[in-house]
Amino acid sequence: MSVLLEARHISHRFGRTLALDDVSLTLRRHEILAIVGESGSGKTTLLNMLSGRLTPQSGDILYYDGHAATSLRVRGERAVRTLQRARWGYVAQDPRAALRLDISAGGNIGARLMASGARNYDDIRAMAARWLEAVEIDVDRLDDWPRTFSGGMLQRLQIAATLVTDPELVFMDEPTGGLDVSVQARILDLIRSLVRRLGLAVVIVTHDIGVARLLADRLIVMRRGCIVEHGLTDQVLDDPQHPYTQLLVASVLPV
Amino acid sequence: MQGYNFAYLDETTKRMIRRAILKAVAIPGHQVPFASREMPLPYGWGTGGIQLTASLIGADDVLKVIDQGADDTTNAISIRSFFARTAGVRTTTHTDAATLIQTRHRIPEIPLRDDQIIVYQVPMPEPLYRLEPSRAVSRRMHAMADYGPMHVKLYEDITRFGRVAVSYDHPVVVNRRYLMSPSPIPAFDNPKLHRMPALQLFGAGREKRIYAVPPHTDVVSLDFEDRPFNPIRAPHRCALCGAEHSYLDEMVIDDRGGRMFACSDTDYCASYQAREA
Ligand SMILES: Nc1ncnc2c1ncn2[C@@H]1O[C@H](COP(=O)(O)OP(=O)(O)OP(=O)(O)O)[C@@H](O)[C@H]1O
Ligand SMILES: [Mg+2]
Repeated sequence: MSVLLEARHISHRFGRTLALDDVSLTLRRHEILAIVGESGSGKTTLLNMLSGRLTPQSGDILYYDGHAATSLRVRGERAVRTLQRARWGYVAQDPRAALRLDISAGGNIGARLMASGARNYDDIRAMAARWLEAVEIDVDRLDDWPRTFSGGMLQRLQIAATLVTDPELVFMDEPTGGLDVSVQARILDLIRSLVRRLGLAVVIVTHDIGVARLLADRLIVMRRGCIVEHGLTDQVLDDPQHPYTQLLVASVLPV
Repeated sequence: MQGYNFAYLDETTKRMIRRAILKAVAIPGHQVPFASREMPLPYGWGTGGIQLTASLIGADDVLKVIDQGADDTTNAISIRSFFARTAGVRTTTHTDAATLIQTRHRIPEIPLRDDQIIVYQVPMPEPLYRLEPSRAVSRRMHAMADYGPMHVKLYEDITRFGRVAVSYDHPVVVNRRYLMSPSPIPAFDNPKLHRMPALQLFGAGREKRIYAVPPHTDVVSLDFEDRPFNPIRAPHRCALCGAEHSYLDEMVIDDRGGRMFACSDTDYCASYQAREA
């Protein structure tokens, strides 16, 4: 499989904190890559760099568009925004921060379509209804405000609002992090089936080894801004090499 | 008048404003900041428009000032007499006799010509301000032509009310690039902005912004392909002149709730009456 996204020697400081320390990685088309690691290890920072939401102080992010690889820096802000509006997607941990709660569910799903130029009201509405169904929310709720939705429904809505543009690459930051355990499992199932069906490439940040095992083809383990271990998910989890990864795996109760 | 420069503003200020106007004309629909001066009127009385007019007006100009279409309201009269006194220019109420028209909330009914300039008074120049409270973010949105949220607003209006909820200040896209507030003119007037032969200038005094639509520029009201922009007009004739296609104001005429519809453009109404007589 061909490479889709590549990080080369990313380093970044916040004040005196070295949040990322010379991180490199590649993501292939249709591949699901999980980033795990303890709190403060730089997972979100790395995700924000990969998705063009933050610009690294040093190093480059390359996106393979067809055959050519171009760094986000060279593409420029406007081109990166265009990518972010349609071909890329971002699912945040807190759907309340990502969605507009004063806009109907349909309007939220249609937002990315409209941002990338859709101008047919009925088409946008039909598409929104289809995506509401795809994330298993009753189509009756199309015109409802999300503030009447449960946490799980809000996360489904955010997923629909992200996938509606048929992206090839989706970034997720702890997409089940804020949810009840019972709800988590269903959302995870939904993500798994959608990701497979749509052939998405995904970078997912999680501190939950179970989530990584369920979803990811490959795994990166971070600690203090560095990648301490990477490889195929099963290999890393069944035979962890780095002491920190061993500790991480050992701390998870067997399923 | 003694102690004042021609048209009140000093020449340095006028030059500064003219530079902002040139920039605005060069980037149609883009808001250009300018160092708005204190005027002998409170904000909300058209200080942005007055500064534009003061910077443009020459001794040969003929000035018309309208407020909600009318030449005879307090605001229109005081601005007109302000320039009559400080610049000694001729003034008129006839749209076709004016070279410079300052307006609040309306565009005259008769088409303007390429030898005329129309200056709009603008309270809020930022079309995104209801959607995005941060000025820094809305500037970014303009830079990236990131106007999706405005369409989401229209989507919501159509979903909730079956049509776009506002009937004035309906946002437009200028020259296929910048989203622009047409100032609080009725949606009925929006089509007049499109490819108007006259130069259109917009001044916001309190917000310190100038923007422009050069002559013959495309100005398109935001809409959906299958829900085209379609401003409504009260389905009446003017009770005074009988005009069928002008924009009408609804007026209460007695204390028993009696109502009447009449042209908001008083000059148009008067000339229509004269023609019909
Ligand atoms: N905007 C910021 N300003 C200052 N410091 C920051 C900022 N963002 C992150 N940091 C610091 O950078 C380091 C990495 O943070 P990051 O949010 O990437 O960690 P994380 O792995 O996502 O943690 P968590 O699992 O808690 O979400 C931390 O020390 C954090 O305090
Ligand atoms: Mg994080």
